[in-house]
Amino acid sequence: MYFCPYIDISMIKLSGIHKTYEGVQPLHVLKGIDLHIKKGEFVAIMGASGSGKSTLLNILGILDDYDEGEYLLDETPIRHLKEKKAAYYRNRMIGFIFQSFNLIAFKDAMENVALPLFYQGVSRRKRNELAMQYLEKVGLRDWAHHYPNELSGGQKQRVAIARALITQPRIILADEPTGALDSRTSVEVMELLKALHRQGMTIVVVTHESGVAYQTQKIVHIKDGLIERIEDNVDPSASPFGNGSVMK
Amino acid sequence: MIPIRIDRDQWGEITESLMRNKTRAFLTAFGIFWGIFMLLLLMGGGKGMENMLSSNFAGFASNSGFMFSQQTSKPYQGFRKGRWWSIQVPDVERVRHAVPEADVVTPTVRIWGRTAVNDAHSCNISICGQYPEYDRVDNPKLVYGRGISEVDIAQRRKVCVIGSRIHQELFTPTENPCGKTFQIDGIYYTVVGVSGKTEGGMSLGGNASTTVLMPYTTLQQAYNIGSRVDILCLTARSGYDMGQVQKKAEAVLKRAHRIHPDDKQAVNMVNAEAMFSMMDELFGGIGILVWMIGVGTLLSGVIGVSNIMVVTVKERTTEIGIRRAIGATPADIIFMVMSESVVLTLLAGMSGITMAVLLLHGVDQIYTQMNPTAEPNSFQITFSTALAAAGTLSFLGVLAGLAPAYRAMRIKPVDAMREE
Ligand SMILES: Nc1ncnc2c1ncn2[C@@H]1O[C@H](COP(=O)(O)OP(=O)(O)OP(=O)(O)O)[C@@H](O)[C@H]1O
Ligand SMILES: [Mg+2]
Repeated sequence: MYFCPYIDISMIKLSGIHKTYEGVQPLHVLKGIDLHIKKGEFVAIMGASGSGKSTLLNILGILDDYDEGEYLLDETPIRHLKEKKAAYYRNRMIGFIFQSFNLIAFKDAMENVALPLFYQGVSRRKRNELAMQYLEKVGLRDWAHHYPNELSGGQKQRVAIARALITQPRIILADEPTGALDSRTSVEVMELLKALHRQGMTIVVVTHESGVAYQTQKIVHIKDGLIERIEDNVDPSASPFGNGSVMK
Repeated sequence: MIPIRIDRDQWGEITESLMRNKTRAFLTAFGIFWGIFMLLLLMGGGKGMENMLSSNFAGFASNSGFMFSQQTSKPYQGFRKGRWWSIQVPDVERVRHAVPEADVVTPTVRIWGRTAVNDAHSCNISICGQYPEYDRVDNPKLVYGRGISEVDIAQRRKVCVIGSRIHQELFTPTENPCGKTFQIDGIYYTVVGVSGKTEGGMSLGGNASTTVLMPYTTLQQAYNIGSRVDILCLTARSGYDMGQVQKKAEAVLKRAHRIHPDDKQAVNMVNAEAMFSMMDELFGGIGILVWMIGVGTLLSGVIGVSNIMVVTVKERTTEIGIRRAIGATPADIIFMVMSESVVLTLLAGMSGITMAVLLLHGVDQIYTQMNPTAEPNSFQITFSTALAAAGTLSFLGVLAGLAPAYRAMRIKPVDAMREE
């Protein structure tokens, strides 16, 4: 039913990842995470608030560094990278989707989507052309010249997804992509992610909504900075909340 | 190192970011604008003043000195104190002989309060008797004709060079009066030249525009002045100090006229060289002051820009975090902030330069209208000054961008998520 051509090739390999937030009271958030995500997998990370889900995802997205352990992204070791190199990997390998969309307010939808290509030095004409194609893919071609404050939450998140996709990354990382959306628009966004998965994209979603988690193949439960258990969701369509619906 | 990605987006972003805080950007830019405006205005003004003053001295040898006689203040060799004496023509040769450091040594004599008459026209004048050499001390800047020649001296010709005012009063102002005659005290003189010196200009012994210059020998005969010399004019050979030359000449005069060597009053001296160098120092000092004020104002403008940019960067933390999260390198961010700072500084500075140049041009127009003989653009700054100012501005823009760029560089991608 799912066509996953890279099913056995590793995309993410974490072993013994530790992360402590320094401060007045140092906070040991990740206490030894081992995780293996294969190419083309659709994975959800669940856990209580403060359990370290976002921290883990930020490390996966090279937005933050970790203290101990080993992280291989598509066989590239990610550790203590120089800022320039980190920026390069972020730009080329990773598409990040945020709960609060994080679009730039004074740029219209098309310019927001095109921005990652600006940092690749792609010409303005070319990247706007590509941005229009990706907006088309998320069904927002007609909204290309609207500014974020003229878009609904769901539309904003779809623009953000188009922005994440435009560099053709190896992996999509989404931190609570439906967290700020109502149930109807949540469905729109999840359908989009599932479609991407069907095309072979590796996707990791952080969520605390089981309705979202059960649409993925594999659910990683985190508790107090450790992986509690990994649940294989053999038939995502047979989730307890039914196909295409999200429990709110 | 820093990628140059200036396309329309980059420009769009710079202007967008500046426009979002119009008032603030304007107020900051004003500091730079005012600094450069004041600096250039003061520079142009200072230069104009200098030109104005030196045009007063135009024709005047800057290494010259003048000597004239006064009552003695000490008794000496049987003469009582308070004796009147005067420099005589033979003294000229004495000084020439004894003071080889002097280049020009030439006598002048002056007759005051005469009237020049041409038919119904008349003009109050004074007459100055001189030798051709005198031109090298105080050049008359002839606008018509020639100066006094050796032949005029030898033949005691009744010829003269007239001042501009006399030309206007006695003759048709627009016509060359050379060859025409007029009379002073019943004697007819032929005009051979017209002096170009202005009314306000400095000249020896009164207003150059109402002075008639005449061969010394002609004056000697006409007014029966014997061999009296009113002012002995000197210039120093290059490398020699006028003060030194005058001291030697003073000793010569004192010996010849039996004046006590320590008499401080009997020989009066004016050292133009010392005056000129004092003026140079004065303008040098004004120049330094102008620089200090201008540079100070500019620097405070730069600090203003820097402060505003730091605040702007702080406000844009999320946006910069987002940019970093989607692949902007620190160099990209530095370039973004720097270009904004440079554009703001340049924009403000260029308008300051433009305003200063326009204003100086206006002043210059008024000045040249009032003084038709003045050189144009005495007040204007030079093109290279303007270029240097523009170059300095770009540098200052970078300087102002340093602190905010450093702040922006330290923003991490995770900072994009911290807000909200
Ligand atoms: N930059 C930071 N500095 C210090 N402490 C932090 C930082 N970011 C997160 N933390 C702390 O680390 C812990 C884990 O945070 P994290 O954001 O990973 O939790 P989470 O599982 O994503 O929670 P939520 O479901 O509420 O988003 C929390 O206690 C949080 O307060
Ligand atoms: Mg979180």
